[in-house]
Amino acid sequence: MPRKDFIAIDNFSFSYGAAKVLHGINMDIPEKQVTALIGPSGCGKSTLLRNMNRMNDLIEGVQHEGDIRLDGKSLYDPNVEVISLRKRVGMVFQKYNPFAKTIYENVVFSLRVAGRNKRSELDDVVERTLRSAALWDEVKDRLHTSAFGLSGGQQQRLCIARAIANQPEILLMDEPCAALDPTATLRIEDLIRDLKEQFTIVIVTHNMEQASRCSDLTAFLYMGELVEYDRTLKVFETPKEERTEAYISGRFS
Amino acid sequence: MSASSSKFSTTGRSRTGEPLVWLTAVGLTIGVLLSVGLIGLVMYKGFESFWPARLVVVEVRQEGGENSKVAGYLVQERSKRTLEGLVEEEIQLFRGNRELFGEKFVFLDREAIVSQTEEEDLILVERLEGGNVIGRAKALELGGSETLEASAEGFDEKLDELTERGEELRDELREIEKIKIGENSKRVKELRWLEKKGSSPERAEELAGLLAEYEKLDGQRKELREQLEESTFVVEAMDGRELKIPTGELLHVFAANQVGFFGRLKETIRRAWTFVSTDPREANTEGGVYPAIFGTVVMTLVMSLFVTPFGVMAAIYLREYAKQGPLVKAVRISVNNLAGVPSIVFGVFGLAFFIYFLGGVVDDWFFSNSEEPVYKSGGILWASLTLALLTVPVVIVATEEALASVPRGVREAALACGASKWQAIQRVVLPASLPGILTGVILAMARGAGEVAPLMLVGVVKSAPDLPIDAVAPFVHPERQFMHLGFHIYDLGFQSPDSEAAKPMVFATTLLLISIVVVMNLTAIIIRNRLRKKYAVSSF
Repeated sequence: MPRKDFIAIDNFSFSYGAAKVLHGINMDIPEKQVTALIGPSGCGKSTLLRNMNRMNDLIEGVQHEGDIRLDGKSLYDPNVEVISLRKRVGMVFQKYNPFAKTIYENVVFSLRVAGRNKRSELDDVVERTLRSAALWDEVKDRLHTSAFGLSGGQQQRLCIARAIANQPEILLMDEPCAALDPTATLRIEDLIRDLKEQFTIVIVTHNMEQASRCSDLTAFLYMGELVEYDRTLKVFETPKEERTEAYISGRFS
Repeated sequence: MSASSSKFSTTGRSRTGEPLVWLTAVGLTIGVLLSVGLIGLVMYKGFESFWPARLVVVEVRQEGGENSKVAGYLVQERSKRTLEGLVEEEIQLFRGNRELFGEKFVFLDREAIVSQTEEEDLILVERLEGGNVIGRAKALELGGSETLEASAEGFDEKLDELTERGEELRDELREIEKIKIGENSKRVKELRWLEKKGSSPERAEELAGLLAEYEKLDGQRKELREQLEESTFVVEAMDGRELKIPTGELLHVFAANQVGFFGRLKETIRRAWTFVSTDPREANTEGGVYPAIFGTVVMTLVMSLFVTPFGVMAAIYLREYAKQGPLVKAVRISVNNLAGVPSIVFGVFGLAFFIYFLGGVVDDWFFSNSEEPVYKSGGILWASLTLALLTVPVVIVATEEALASVPRGVREAALACGASKWQAIQRVVLPASLPGILTGVILAMARGAGEVAPLMLVGVVKSAPDLPIDAVAPFVHPERQFMHLGFHIYDLGFQSPDSEAAKPMVFATTLLLISIVVVMNLTAIIIRNRLRKKYAVSSF
């Protein structure tokens, strides 16, 4: 039975120096579902996402209050090693960013840094992962060529493959289609629907259609507060809050 | 200009900035012209010094006497103003034959020249010592009283044969002198030094054996020397006097007026090859610059070997690990300023720190048996280290920039894959910045290869025929002094006893130094482009 509060965000506030960007967010993200975070620019949705694998730790002068629990365990527990946490939480970025390596080496990167270098294992992982990222047929003949030779959409799917190669439990996607054309966007959306069988997916998007097309739950954030969080259908068809309706219908952005 | 016109006139030239465009174009043009002029001059003069000139016989009117004849090749024509204000035209001729005339060059007044003819049978003889000889072949005095006249059949073949034989003998002699006698006397010196501290019978025995062997080698050496002087080549100068050149000293005989264009081209190539492949002779004014090429290349490569890891590591710490603040800022400014410190200062530092201090420590620890300093004197290792220090700011700055230009997203992606910070740097950031780092190394190499001043203090010498890498155990001699093309240019141009004769060599050496720097840079650039293509990184 999938857990309802796989990621439990508990009264979570966050600030960059003096600027507070998240104000006491409470939400439970269920396992093996796609949860979309929507909201106008600067509402804190990316910040919230980047806290789920503690990527914001890299920035100096950040502070948080409250807690985020992953499968019941706090991310900020002093015993939690940030590296092993990130192995459980894969991430895909807005701008596709493959490494200056071959396609093959890009996919197996997370295994290599974990010290897994057995050739046969890596070969299996590459094939399986690229198949789940719907990229295998396009690149199987040129695995050992530079990743920069791929098209933008292919590079982004490669980045998704890279993020899921080491079997994380959660996949965070920060506007994964923002830099892609509509066709490539549709392919990524198909991929997201396929991947939710295996992973818990949290996706930040600016695109309302995208959120309604591929997410199960939608959270609307505004000015660092969680305004509304429910089943996607409900949020889009019968929003409880007026602000949500205004945003969805495009009255402000 | 009134306010309204400046506000509304948009067609004026000053508004569109066209004069500035012209100005920038002029700046570029001057730069390009200067570079092209410099390279052009060096190339022209450099190649010219290898091109064999025609030999001419000039008949000069002598006051109150018979006309005299001078043979040689034209070096330059010039006009000078005398004290009375008259213009005198004169030509400079290289006539060689130093032991007959004293000076190798002569100036002849144009007015006094009766005739100028190219005679078929003039030859130019290159020999080991004494400079070139110009004249007519007369005879070969073979050992004993046998003589072969120049007109006799098979003279040319015999001359070639003897020249070749001379080269073989010289090679044999070098082997005995350099390697065998060298090793022998090195060991003898060591034993004698140990003997001073306390004698032992085994040592005395070894010493006696070595001395006996030395006698034998010395005998062989004398024998070879005699063989070298067995036969002589007799050349007749224009005034009828004879010059006797032992065939063991002959390098090349060239009949300059008997060959056509391709013959002269062949001679040019031969001369150029001799120049790059042989040792210098006659206080560097003759012969080649091979040891200097070797020294320059080895020193530059060793320098890059030191400077690359050192600079890259420093840059990684500065950019990736150090907490950015006033201290790091100060360090960065200091590093940048280090690039502006006059290079001779680095030479002084190298002398004080590397040679006197480090060299002294190394000698104390490992070479206390040696009477002479081994590492406590200038050598190629210390010179390379000094230059590495000089060029490290270049690598640090370039590497820092290359690291900074790796997009943040790429680092974050690596971290998001569960990489530690070091793994992210080592596996993702460094490969992505490799082309930029190589650019820094290329710049460092270019700077290092052209640097002369600091080298004079830390190991470059006028003449060092023993190369830092050779066939004598232990094959690599980082403590050896070495020759350097840059210093060679200085030495030829300003320290030479015969600056007139050295002038063409200065240009040829300059051309060579430029070519070597270009070749080394091109190699590095090709490597960088390969890497770039491999990863298709668009920046830098």
